[in-house]
Amino acid sequence: MSGIAERNPNRSSQEAHLAGESNRPRSRGLIHAAAVQAVVWLALGAAAPASHAAGMPPPAPPSGLTWSDTPNDAGRSVELAWKLSPDDTLATGRVTGYLIERSETPAGPWTLVDSTAAGVSGREDQSVQRDTDYFYRVTAVGPGGRTPALSVTGPVRAVSQWINQTRWSVLVFLVVFFGAVLFYMASAQAGRKPFVRRIPGIDAIEEAIGRATEMGRPVLYIPGITDIDDMQTVAGLVILESVAKITARYETQVTVPVSYPIPFAIADEMVKSGYLSAGKPELYDPRSVSFVSPEQFAFVAAITGIMLRDRPAAHIFMGSFFAESLLLAETGFSTGAIQVAGTAQVAQLPFFVVACDYTLIGEELYAASAYLSGEPKLVGSLKGADLLKLIIMAVIIVGCLLESFGIHGLTVWMNTQ
Amino acid sequence: MKREIPLFLTAVIGIFMILSFFVPHQVVSVPADFLQQSAVILVAFGYVLGGANALKVNFDAVYKREPGWIYKLVLIGSLIATVAIGLAEGRNWQDETTRSMWIYNNLYAPMNATMFALLAFFIASAAFRAFRIRTLEAGLLATAALIVMLGRVPVGDYATRWLPWKWAQLSSLQQWIMDNPQNSAKRAILMGAAMGVMATGLRVILGIERSYLSGED
Amino acid sequence: MGWLASLQKLDRRWIFALMGALVMIPLLFPIGLKLTVSRPVQMFVDAIDRIPDGSTVLMSCDYDPASRPELVPMTQTALRQLWDKGCKVVVTVLWPGGSGIVDQTLRGVAAEPPYRGKKYGSDWVNLGYKAGNESVMVLMGQGITGAFPADYTGHSTSDYQALPIMKNVRDYSSFPLLVNISAGYPGTKEWVQQVNSRFHLPMVSGCTAVSTPEYYPYLQSGQLRGLLGGMAGAAEYELARHEHRGPATRGMDAQSLAHVFVAFCIVLGNLAQRQRGGGGGA
Repeated sequence: MSGIAERNPNRSSQEAHLAGESNRPRSRGLIHAAAVQAVVWLALGAAAPASHAAGMPPPAPPSGLTWSDTPNDAGRSVELAWKLSPDDTLATGRVTGYLIERSETPAGPWTLVDSTAAGVSGREDQSVQRDTDYFYRVTAVGPGGRTPALSVTGPVRAVSQWINQTRWSVLVFLVVFFGAVLFYMASAQAGRKPFVRRIPGIDAIEEAIGRATEMGRPVLYIPGITDIDDMQTVAGLVILESVAKITARYETQVTVPVSYPIPFAIADEMVKSGYLSAGKPELYDPRSVSFVSPEQFAFVAAITGIMLRDRPAAHIFMGSFFAESLLLAETGFSTGAIQVAGTAQVAQLPFFVVACDYTLIGEELYAASAYLSGEPKLVGSLKGADLLKLIIMAVIIVGCLLESFGIHGLTVWMNTQ
Repeated sequence: MKREIPLFLTAVIGIFMILSFFVPHQVVSVPADFLQQSAVILVAFGYVLGGANALKVNFDAVYKREPGWIYKLVLIGSLIATVAIGLAEGRNWQDETTRSMWIYNNLYAPMNATMFALLAFFIASAAFRAFRIRTLEAGLLATAALIVMLGRVPVGDYATRWLPWKWAQLSSLQQWIMDNPQNSAKRAILMGAAMGVMATGLRVILGIERSYLSGED
Repeated sequence: MGWLASLQKLDRRWIFALMGALVMIPLLFPIGLKLTVSRPVQMFVDAIDRIPDGSTVLMSCDYDPASRPELVPMTQTALRQLWDKGCKVVVTVLWPGGSGIVDQTLRGVAAEPPYRGKKYGSDWVNLGYKAGNESVMVLMGQGITGAFPADYTGHSTSDYQALPIMKNVRDYSSFPLLVNISAGYPGTKEWVQQVNSRFHLPMVSGCTAVSTPEYYPYLQSGQLRGLLGGMAGAAEYELARHEHRGPATRGMDAQSLAHVFVAFCIVLGNLAQRQRGGGGGA
């Protein structure tokens, strides 16, 4: 891979200001160019434009300078290519590099914008302004001096594109996915609710809460240890509402320690909502949801402390977990609690599977919120995701067959930039 | 309006950010970049909110003399002291001789490392207690686990170095397991989880999943 | 009930004590077990060797002190390999608890005799921690100085007098390689999703052992050009770079015995279960 950057976005003065930079990109560009020029002259060993190393003539100039607008960008760069100087060989050593100069008129004044080493016949200029005409020239420089360019190329103009042409495959899959989800949601709402297989871990949640009620001990619910920007935290918080509804129905205490402030506020609302839906708002205890710490091991120290002191009879871990997963699950096991876990963190699944009674694996966590609520729209969205999975499986099989027969069209189409 | 405005903002910004992946034009990319920058600022302020929340929750607990209030007092004192020292030392807080670095090197780092190190003990007790081979699948899992665990460390090489076939040595077997069956399964789970994220994200953007906003429908 | 079955009732603390002893003893009395360099580690070494000498490389150290034994040795060895090639290194940190340990690690290597000539600001720069996770990664694609207006000491990244290294750093296209050392989230997966796939910046990764299997698909697809997995990977990297008895290598004796012990626990636990229950499950 070439490591070429995605095109820089609009860098007009407004955006530069938004980025907290100087509001004068043009003068910054000139200062930058002057700095580049100074460094380049030193680096390429040119003492003065017309000086000569002892006996060595200046190199022959490069030729055939062409340009193209960089595709799939916001009009912030152009790509330049030229034929190397005939003297650009290891044997002669007469070329040490090339200087790329730019002007807004064919006659100059010329600004040095970049340089390349000998042997390099292309460069991308990412310092252009959109929709502005420029003229370029490339000169060869060496120990014998510098040769003026044969000709000037232009007008060169960078323009924005509306669509990134390399991402069609992603767009197609996205449209199919969204279309399928919306179709099945509408279909479910119209009464054709799709079948969703039983997920034992979800059924076990009510069993666990029932057990806690019999033992007269609380339920501990942990909605993961990441912030609200993680979808697993959202899924964990949605499941919390259903769990709170069940605990309200059974009149069992639920304890919800949370690691970040925003999920803490949402968890509080979810528990309140669960008690409201169960028709028992008076049983809601504001102290049941507590904010602990965003620091991973501080959080787990607090949770294990709750487990060992309060001895909840049921532990429910739903969300994103990391290295602390085994610490939580093993400590929880040692207290004799029934444990149900669900996470899409693949690396932590083995620890939960080993130490918990039931585990929701990967996508089952996201399905749980739909499953528990029973709401047709949410259940319909599960079927849409399943359809896309089938399509992806088919594409993988077809793609493998095509590649085996040397047909690369599908692979090329799916390759994005 | 309490729910409608956040839902509207979520929908507009969510759809816009999806669009920015496909549209490089400045009409979309400039506001998208502004939103990215705003997200960075919001996350940073989240820490301020977190600190304030920690103080409020723990002050309340100390005031009401809830069980364990002494520890909450220690927490409040530590939080205030660390922040105050860091602010006083300013930009150079990471120089070796500062009090902030003393706190970092002698309190934060050892406690952090110690909690993580507990995993080694818990893995051993979980392995002894819970890893039961009751079915064929569990047996395959256990076999793979043993091969990979021993093959990743020099002991595996020592144990099977005498075998004449390189493919049968533990290090080769563990590499094959990591490259093939493990890789395929991991890829499948990654894809499934990614689709779960997309489905949940779509539900949030379209306002179908709205229970996170407030409890009342 | 046989003695094996009675082990079922064994207090966990005996297991903890044995594990503690098996880890501590080899650290005090090294065994010196020999390592071999695996393919993903060799790919990591080769990927760095292939970049042009003297280039500026981006290194993102996304970890905190909890992962010190696994990730600090990788950071040190990677930095030495880059400096041996005359490369300059721009370092970022995306974990809030990590900036202290990362800075100590970088300064520690810079203080070693072969690298005493390396100057902060010219040969390396620590841009420090930035909150925002994936948003920071995407923001860096617009411009490194926009995402990090100052380094961790407060010097402006546009001040080329103080930080000459930043003169040729614009965005991801300024780097031939990203070296990511990560302990979790945000980390390698996010760099692959947000940076490698959008900006096509080649990358290599060093990560904790528990995360390694998750990144094998990226290694196989070529999105990662090399992968160091845990302390074993760090030790193999030290071996590949001829760093004798580095910190990771010294820890491998302890890790080897710990792995053998865990394997033994699995087997013993199942034998005990069988003797108690006659097999077929509890």
